Amino acid sequence: MNLLKAEKVSKVFGGLKAVSNFDMHIEKGELIGLIGPNGAGKTTAFNLLTGVYQPTTGVIEFDGKSVVGLKPFQITQGGIARTFQNIRLFSELSVLDNVKIAYHSHVEYGLAEAVLRVGRYFREEDEIEQKAIDFLKIFKLEHKKDEIAKNLPYGEQRRLEIARALAAKPKLLLLDEPAAGMNPQETQALMEMISWIRKEFGLTILLIEHDMNLVMGICERIYVLEYGSIIAHGTPNEIKNNPQVIKAYLGEEVE
Amino acid sequence: MNGGEKMEFLEQLIQQLINGVSLGSIYALIALGYTMVYGIIKLINFAHGDIYMIGAYAGFFATANLGLPFVPALILSMVVAGLIGMLIERMAYRPLRHAPKIAVLITAIGISLLLEYGGMLVFTPQPRTFPNVLESVTYHMGPFVVNSQQIIILVVSVVLMVILTYVVQKTIIGKAMRAVSFDTDAAQLMGIDVDRIISATFGIGSALAAAAGVLVGIYYNSIDPLMGIMPGLKAFVAAVLGGIGIIPGAMAGGVILGVIEALVSGFISSTFRDAAAFAILIIILLFKPSGLFGKNVREKV
Amino acid sequence: MRAITKKDLKIVGACVVLYAIIEALLQMNVIGSFWELNLILIAINIIMSVSLNLINGYTGQFSLGHAGFMAIGAYASAIITVKFHLPFLLAIIVGALGAGLLGFLIGLPTLRLNGDYLAIATLGLGEIIRITILNIPYVGGASGFMGIPRYTNFTWAFFVCLFTLFFIKNLVNSSHGRACISIRENEIAAEAMGIDTTRYKVIAFTIGAAFAGVAGALFAHYFYIAHPASFTFMMSFNYLTMVVMGGLGSITGSVVGAVILTFVSAALASWPEWRMIVYSIVLILLMLYRPQGLFGNVELTSLSIFKRFKGGSK
Repeated sequence: MNLLKAEKVSKVFGGLKAVSNFDMHIEKGELIGLIGPNGAGKTTAFNLLTGVYQPTTGVIEFDGKSVVGLKPFQITQGGIARTFQNIRLFSELSVLDNVKIAYHSHVEYGLAEAVLRVGRYFREEDEIEQKAIDFLKIFKLEHKKDEIAKNLPYGEQRRLEIARALAAKPKLLLLDEPAAGMNPQETQALMEMISWIRKEFGLTILLIEHDMNLVMGICERIYVLEYGSIIAHGTPNEIKNNPQVIKAYLGEEVE
Repeated sequence: MNGGEKMEFLEQLIQQLINGVSLGSIYALIALGYTMVYGIIKLINFAHGDIYMIGAYAGFFATANLGLPFVPALILSMVVAGLIGMLIERMAYRPLRHAPKIAVLITAIGISLLLEYGGMLVFTPQPRTFPNVLESVTYHMGPFVVNSQQIIILVVSVVLMVILTYVVQKTIIGKAMRAVSFDTDAAQLMGIDVDRIISATFGIGSALAAAAGVLVGIYYNSIDPLMGIMPGLKAFVAAVLGGIGIIPGAMAGGVILGVIEALVSGFISSTFRDAAAFAILIIILLFKPSGLFGKNVREKV
Repeated sequence: MRAITKKDLKIVGACVVLYAIIEALLQMNVIGSFWELNLILIAINIIMSVSLNLINGYTGQFSLGHAGFMAIGAYASAIITVKFHLPFLLAIIVGALGAGLLGFLIGLPTLRLNGDYLAIATLGLGEIIRITILNIPYVGGASGFMGIPRYTNFTWAFFVCLFTLFFIKNLVNSSHGRACISIRENEIAAEAMGIDTTRYKVIAFTIGAAFAGVAGALFAHYFYIAHPASFTFMMSFNYLTMVVMGGLGSITGSVVGAVILTFVSAALASWPEWRMIVYSIVLILLMLYRPQGLFGNVELTSLSIFKRFKGGSK
């Protein structure tokens, strides 16, 4: 059953066709890659899937229901979470608070209970605190829980962003260049973490990446985007040998 | 409405249009400063209305104390205000160029208050009367009344706006200004001295506001240290109306606002004239914040 | 449900003691009406600055029209006591509701705007409120609303102020508060985390406005008169200075800022121009050299010296 389905999606900005004829389908539990040269429209595609942009044409369905016209927070509450190409942490807040905020949409106590400190307030606050700390343990960040997010080294900031996205309890996780700026060892650790969280949390994952080792290493299927359109789609082996893909990245062969 | 009432209505309408265009050129001159500064560093220069006041006082001292005639006094006040505007940019805004927006906005408000209350202290709150450097002749064209000073205001404003348009479109410094407001980093990489261009922008904007101040001082005869508050706010509304950051927008917005205000004052009541500007502001912000000539710019995600 | 902690009891105790001491001094005329006036003003200013901080500091929305909401509270409450002869508490509540309602109606459309535009829109709306009141004869128009009974005394001011602090502090230290803060930190990321940013901006704005209304009610019922000239942009700027000086995002900061600036104001009352000049220079220097204000976004109680006083569990 398709968890995510995008059909004939296009996005036009003024005169610019950022994305056109975008077709993608992802089944539950899959680990899919989205690659393509710079400026191909990959982040635009993410923005379309998460409601930051509305598609000019086309259908986007998540879990059987259309998400076109929904606002980003509604889509997140519906089960899609994401990370950003340029890390968007709550930089002045602590690591722990960053994760706690992701739990907000699951909190049940209302304003009155918060202000009067009655009802579910204390119980839920304790739960949130505990769950957030447990989460940080998984990502090996719990010893830095009170550290201000902007003070973390780059690699840990990226981990925190992923942890935070997961804390929102998504069914589908969108990772935008999670390995950007990482060295080979960090990338290897990231690959293991991504595979692990997929199993552990029963996630479906779609990731944008430039690092071919990572993409070929863990993705089951890959979509290739160029100038806003999908030019190829298949298993890593198929993509590796696809002449159009090679042309898109390396240019034509010199005769 | 019968024939007689229609004629009266039309006469009032045209009369207020005449008044409005004159008033509007003042707003346009001030609005240009707001729009150019916003276009180049995305700052709402709250202190700009008070530069208009400074210009008026400079013109006053030039005519009353130095005995200069109209044109030299106008030029002198424009130069003085231009320098003060550039000084303020250098001392208060430049250090905050990369600070959060709220910090610069607050600083701008602070400078505005400093100029206003410093002015009260230095110039005393007593309004000053401008000496008669321009004849005031009332022309009667049929049922319509036009003052020679209104004509001078219009002429001077148009001349200045034409000069500005020429500078922005045809000179190198104008090109540089447009480049910096389009993409500051790229302009810097092209070798443009961004600091100097920003300085120049403040200087030009302040000079235009000063011209408006002198013209108003001559026309209404009285200037005081708080005279910049309302016109400043209204000129800002005019700039937003036309599309903030867009020079022809400021000119159009100024004239439109002046005309609307004159019509409201003539046909509804003069107590609501000030509210008209704010009402226009709210309407624009709710329905088309990018203004009449503006385009929506999205934040990159 | 957890009962009141030891730390809470200590704070409540300290406040009651403080109140008792000051009230006694007032009753025994050891400190006179000058002090009564200023202490009440401090309380009112604290309510204004803390409520403005909720909007500007915690949620990161730039509102420049806070005095407008205070005006609504002042006038609405005065109508209740003067025209309808109903009790003071009801008047305060009506003032809060009226201001809150207006905050909601204003917030809904304007909070879509970004920083600069929002600032100007709120400034404009504050002015529109003031000009509108100027033109309503039922509430006195340009002469002001006169004959308001003096119901506000130190006791009222102190405890209403305490309630405000308690309310806002609890709100901010909850998941709802964190939602507001996340909007300030990175609105796009907050949306991506499932937070309805528009809803929370409007909530913060409405609650902030409601408390400004409460302050307005207290204000009107101390000075016998409510006049549009008391609710100008200058007053909004006054409260903004308190918040920024104390530190956007710190309740302690807002309290300290309100206290300091009330005293500075009183000290410079005979030289109004100097007062504004001092204000503006302080503000400019603050922005240039310490934009985070006195307390940044830190609360007094989180500093380590206070950990000793934290009894019981967190």
